[in-house]
Amino acid sequence: MPVTVRTFASLGEAASTLGSEREARFLGGGTLLMRAINEGNPPFRTVVRTTDPRLKEIRTAGQRIVIGAGVTMAEILRIRELDFLHPVARTVGGPAVRSAATVGGNIFAEKPYGDLVVALLALDATVSVHGGYSAREVPLAEVLAQRGNGAPGVIEQVMIERPAQQGALRFRKVSRVRPKGVSVLSIAAHLPTSSGRIQGARIAYGAMAPTPIRAPAVERALEGRSLDREGIAQALAVAVDDCAPADDAIASAWYRREVLPVHLRRLLLGEAR
Amino acid sequence: MSKKPVQFRLNGGDKAVFVDDGQNLLDVLRRGIGDFAPKYGCGQGTCGVCTVLIDGEPYLACLTLAETCEGREVQTASGLAPGPELHPLQKAFMEHFAAQCGFCTPGMLMAAKALLDRNPQPSREDVVEAIGGNICRCTGYEPIINAILAAASAAGRRPA
Repeated sequence: MPVTVRTFASLGEAASTLGSEREARFLGGGTLLMRAINEGNPPFRTVVRTTDPRLKEIRTAGQRIVIGAGVTMAEILRIRELDFLHPVARTVGGPAVRSAATVGGNIFAEKPYGDLVVALLALDATVSVHGGYSAREVPLAEVLAQRGNGAPGVIEQVMIERPAQQGALRFRKVSRVRPKGVSVLSIAAHLPTSSGRIQGARIAYGAMAPTPIRAPAVERALEGRSLDREGIAQALAVAVDDCAPADDAIASAWYRREVLPVHLRRLLLGEAR
Repeated sequence: MSKKPVQFRLNGGDKAVFVDDGQNLLDVLRRGIGDFAPKYGCGQGTCGVCTVLIDGEPYLACLTLAETCEGREVQTASGLAPGPELHPLQKAFMEHFAAQCGFCTPGMLMAAKALLDRNPQPSREDVVEAIGGNICRCTGYEPIINAILAAASAAGRRPA
């Protein structure tokens, strides 16, 4: 089925159109929608895009960081103030994918893709969603939970707090193919410490549920503990609580459950692969 | 289905074409313009054989909506050697047996060009990373990596 591409100068017009047409999808960098179009018979009839420069804004001054939804992985890698996200952005595809893949698109990438979102979840990100007339700010976790229920609007920006300390954000993507394979699973951890004890840990998983999820049982188990074998033992014991992984071509649900605690331990203790 | 006019630069020359809604850049290059250097492999952004440069950055032409190229500069492997002299990367690929069936070569060359344009003296790790999105089923990658490093090394020896 042929598609119609509608391009708008403003985000508001694009969001209004997206909201009024049931079979419309928003085009970010194209790495998701163009695949469907190339396959033929995509599950949408209209592609909506915008050239609004607001989607490309990056603000890094201060503690609160704003990243436009149209910012690509390659652009993140060029911004020194976003260095804590560099190891994550670098795991997304090869350079040619990173030139196109956007922050906003990553939010809607089905597993095994969407690795950046796992890190954004661990950073407790919020997103501004433009519905046509105005934008509202909602937690990223909420957008992910609603992902299958149609377009919430157009994602305009992602907001995060700068990690509490240098090195507080850790990320691990587990894949079978090096250097570039899709995720068996991914783990992001924001681990601020005070006097050697973890305070306010946030752990997020990719590919351990239909969408990236937080791991509240692990977060509770880490609270007030130190990052050593004894301190993380309880966290590892509850590592797969709240998870609902699926069998797919990359790995079985059983395998994912088995290897998650191993990789979580390596991430928390800073062990080599 | 509507046709849209799109103008862009291709390998240094002006191009004006009409594209279909949803048509990708690879299709426009191959069927519309007749530049057959970028190949059609998976159409899913997985194999890298359609890698081109847009404004100097590597892109997968199969995943690029053609109309987004309006006013931009597109480079394909066809433009690497406009005259009888091969581009240094092409020469290095030839000398290091970096092409067997040759299907991945145009994409590999453009991925390598993107790297060397940005980083003229890359490490082996840099090269592996740069071609990480390009699949080759013949060479085992080693000759390709060696060719790119040799091209960088030769460029370093050439007087500026």
